[in-house]
Amino acid sequence: MEEIISIKNLSYGYPGGTVALNDVSLDILRGESIALLGPNGAGKSTLLLHLNGVLSGKGSIEVFGRNIREKKRSELIKEIGVVFQHPDDQLFMPTIFDDVAFGPINMGLDRGEVERRVSSALEKVGLSGYENRYPHQLSLGEKKKAALATILSMDPEIIVLDEPTANLDPKSRRDLVGVMRDLKERGKTVIISTHDVSLVPGLADRVYVLDRKIIAEGTPKEIFLNTELLKKANLEIPPITYLFEVLSCFGYNCSSLPLSMDEAVKYLTDSIETEGGHIHLHLHEHTHEDLRRLKEKYGHH
Amino acid sequence: MQHDLSNKYGDVKSIIHGIDPRIKTLSLIFFIFLVVSTPADEGSRFSTYFLLISSVVILSRVPLSFVFRRSLTVIPFVLLVFLSLPFIQGGEVMASYDLRFLQLNVTHRGLETLIGVFAKSYLSVLSMIVLTSTTPFPRLIRGFESLKMPKIMVLTISFMCRYMTVLVDETMRMKRARDLRSSGGNRRWHIETVGDIIGNLFIRSYGRGERIYNAMLSRGFTGSIKTLDDFKIRALDGIFAAFFIAAAVVVRFI
Ligand SMILES: Nc1ncnc2c1ncn2[C@@H]1O[C@H](COP(=O)(O)OP(=O)(O)O)[C@@H](O)[C@H]1O
Ligand SMILES: [Mg+2]
Repeated sequence: MEEIISIKNLSYGYPGGTVALNDVSLDILRGESIALLGPNGAGKSTLLLHLNGVLSGKGSIEVFGRNIREKKRSELIKEIGVVFQHPDDQLFMPTIFDDVAFGPINMGLDRGEVERRVSSALEKVGLSGYENRYPHQLSLGEKKKAALATILSMDPEIIVLDEPTANLDPKSRRDLVGVMRDLKERGKTVIISTHDVSLVPGLADRVYVLDRKIIAEGTPKEIFLNTELLKKANLEIPPITYLFEVLSCFGYNCSSLPLSMDEAVKYLTDSIETEGGHIHLHLHEHTHEDLRRLKEKYGHH
Repeated sequence: MQHDLSNKYGDVKSIIHGIDPRIKTLSLIFFIFLVVSTPADEGSRFSTYFLLISSVVILSRVPLSFVFRRSLTVIPFVLLVFLSLPFIQGGEVMASYDLRFLQLNVTHRGLETLIGVFAKSYLSVLSMIVLTSTTPFPRLIRGFESLKMPKIMVLTISFMCRYMTVLVDETMRMKRARDLRSSGGNRRWHIETVGDIIGNLFIRSYGRGERIYNAMLSRGFTGSIKTLDDFKIRALDGIFAAFFIAAAVVVRFI
């Protein structure tokens, strides 16, 4: 598949002296969805701001095979849209309609097309009918959706979301995950940054673990089943995976651990079927010892 | 959080709300112009102006109590004029105060000036209340823009209104954080922390401004904000402007 973004040896330090990125290299293919996983302060936002030319550090960034330094901004913003972490920074117009229409109008589209794109973008994020609302009347979840709509209306090939689910209530979170899945299904390349591990398995094909530099790269499985790595990067294992490790201390026999609820259901069903209609859990002599070791392994107390 | 910055009655349905914002702005500014140019001693004209603008208020169906509360903003100005009253000389002396060094006379002319200033400022404030409380803010701004108000002013007003609530929220949060950490605290400490809060706000606003600018650039901003402009002047707009302006002119000159 075609490489759509290629970053080579990118380094960036903020004026105050903080080195936020140190020799970062990564490649993203067309249609992939990528999670950029790392704790707070890992440089995720800094990296994403390089993608649409807001920041510009040492190293090279190629989008669709050409260095972004050689591209006009008007060209770049049609290829790649970045949804910022704080929606108040992205919703700067008096009404939601004006905000979502801002990009398309600047792209020089005619009135009919602008209106069509606004209503389709709002529909995709589930905010139809919000055209005349004011940003300050919206909840955080709605603001995040509206901020995403301001990018969707420009219809870029690559959509980048910085901490899309941070601080959201469960419903808004589910809604946004749904919207991101739709984007992926429609063939968009989606890049999300997050420190929320349970968001990753259902959404990302591939994960980059970032802590100022790239610490690891792999499928969600490869990343989350690598205990050493999780510890080193200060990341947690998804709770459902942890639960299954606990179950295995009680004698549950699973060949591989599930990362998401869907997987858990599938694995459970499989093992119940192969073991003749039920599974056995029991206390044996090693159970307590195993549990203690498990806790140590993940640093729980 | 709750603010009273938003336009509570902007979306009420009434004839006045439906008038094209440009027509409304121009008619009301013209009205203010006539009011201000009316000589201060022609008291009866002011009461007729008042009837005229009141009928617009009633047509707009914005609650009178709301309009009245907003209109109290004139009080400080009138007080200021009131304080200068004794210094306006000429005409018949109505009362006189002897302050040892200074002989203060309240004159007929002074009183007339006071009433005139009060009437003019009150009527102007009422007109602006009618304008702002019957026009949703975005339409008002767009109206200003298509009346060729300088772009930079339009943008400044627009951003100010958009981010005022965000700033108020931020300030409230900082204030609450301070209050939670202090049990009582002395006055001096409070004043010092107000300084910190202001400094903090300044830095945060600076950062926010930069991030907003980046967000604008990322969506193709090249120096001017464009919106879809959907103003159409209808017959009703013309009728409103004709009636209102004609009535005001009649009151002023006849
Ligand atoms: N505008 C800025 N000025 C100075 N330092 C900054 C700025 N923004 C972020 N940093 C610093 O750069 C590092 C990476 O920040 P950031 O990219 O925001 O991380 P993340 O998004 O992963 O939480 C942090 O140490 C942060 O303090
Ligand atoms: Mg961040």
